[in-house]
Amino acid sequence: MKILVPVKRVVDANVKVRVKADGSAVELANVKMAMNPFDEIAVEEALRLKEAGKAEEIIVVSIGPQQAQETLRTALAMGADRAILVKTDEQTEPLGVAKVLKGVVDAEQPGLVILGKQAIDDDSNQTGQMLAALLGWAQGTFASKVVLDGDKAKVTREVDGGLQTVELKMPAIITADLRLNQPRYASLPNIMKAKKKPLDEKSPADYGADVKPRLKVLKTEEPSGRKAGVKVKSVAELVDKLKNEAGVL
Amino acid sequence: MTILLIAEHDNASLSDQTAKALSAALQIGSDVHVLVAGKGAKGAADAAAKLKGVTKVLLAEADELAERLAEPTAALVVSLAGAYDTIIAPATSSGKNVAPRVAALLDVAQVSEIIEVVSPDTFKRPIYAGNAIQTVQSSDAKKVITVRTASFQAAPEGGSAAVETVKAAANPGLSTFVENKLSDTDRPELTSAKIIISGGRALGSAEKFQEVILPVADKLGAAVGASRAAVDAGYAPNDWQVGQTGKVVAPDLYIAVGISGAIQHLAGMKDSKVIVAINKDEEAPIFQVADYGLVGDLFVILPELQKAL
Repeated sequence: MKILVPVKRVVDANVKVRVKADGSAVELANVKMAMNPFDEIAVEEALRLKEAGKAEEIIVVSIGPQQAQETLRTALAMGADRAILVKTDEQTEPLGVAKVLKGVVDAEQPGLVILGKQAIDDDSNQTGQMLAALLGWAQGTFASKVVLDGDKAKVTREVDGGLQTVELKMPAIITADLRLNQPRYASLPNIMKAKKKPLDEKSPADYGADVKPRLKVLKTEEPSGRKAGVKVKSVAELVDKLKNEAGVL
Repeated sequence: MTILLIAEHDNASLSDQTAKALSAALQIGSDVHVLVAGKGAKGAADAAAKLKGVTKVLLAEADELAERLAEPTAALVVSLAGAYDTIIAPATSSGKNVAPRVAALLDVAQVSEIIEVVSPDTFKRPIYAGNAIQTVQSSDAKKVITVRTASFQAAPEGGSAAVETVKAAANPGLSTFVENKLSDTDRPELTSAKIIISGGRALGSAEKFQEVILPVADKLGAAVGASRAAVDAGYAPNDWQVGQTGKVVAPDLYIAVGISGAIQHLAGMKDSKVIVAINKDEEAPIFQVADYGLVGDLFVILPELQKAL
């Protein structure tokens, strides 16, 4: 079985983003970029399934600018076998990305697609569900545990009140939540080796996918700030303030 | 302009997240139908019919809808979608699971986790863990939207809509429900609690977390939350997590105990009405958003607080 893992290049999770002065977007020039953290978890899960003998080949794919190649190399250094860059300089939305991924799935015929549950830039949390819809496949979102058994995948999901386990018919879509695993670091020899692994370049048109945005961004602004309040000296003063000043007790 | 609101419920009762999403829906249009998809869900449907502003409740019942599996629930919504301009759901784990599947089946973009309705086609939503707010306009004829419920007041009761039974769509038969392991608790739910007390890594262990945080929570009738650091360290279960990747809350009072205030955590609680921070490090970023800060040892302060309440 092949496993397909889509990965996204995003602003590094440790960077505090700033809004451009003209309010058009977030400043991305000269900002450190990295693989979306949830996608690292997805890559790791695929690698573990391969190591457990459940999969033969891990293909990583990224839809984005030329520099997304670096993100693919990171995934190859972690242990993925080959990569596909679907190059576009267009600002992509989850629906467009899902359409490209459907094309990749049709071409590669994986038995499983594992994605991060959301990207930490647009926080949309849509692509996996949309891809499942377009393919007519089952979806196991927000996974904290995945067990493959023949043509079934048992997925434990993080839900609002706790955990829910569902059984999916394969082929299926799984989206990774934080606690699914702890992704590995790529070792130096593997980083060197990754440079020689195959990386194909394609375009959205190669997959017949329309990635034109449907949403128009009218404005990007800083959130309304919260001012620091006062420091109180004691528990008694705190309780007094909460009762008599804030009126919340 | 008729709107279909997908209800959040547990069959027997309706979650107040539905009432909050209803407030957002009513800012988009005045004719709102609520879809209760479930099994033995008459209780939830009757509760939805009582919400002010609801003009009709659709009740669809089937075995595969009992736990609102994504594939049959999305198929049901799509089968009803023809009559609606906007389909809206609270951004709960169930809403986030189902809505994008509906959007893709209808070939429309989804607008996730709106915090403000600017006009019926234009919305504000947070990006980058709430570090920026985007105003987006949808060009799709049909709109699929999820609502960050912490940003909207619950719509009050006072309605008397009719409950109409609709047929479930054919089950795609792609997935089956195995089991739920839900936290068994008498405490209020995080997303609807008026008071929340959250613990961070400074608690040091699961035992200390229980020993120090829970008695104060009990005294206040508060829900219990945790930072991602505390969850990652195993001090608290994941469904207590408040933040970008956990729950987003906006209670009247939020008490952050031993939480430094990472961006990811602030994203989940900074819209709370009153924030209290208790931390021994007076430089901790949490104090920059706190209305009341108390610098000191939480293991001394919390027992004192418990007595003072």
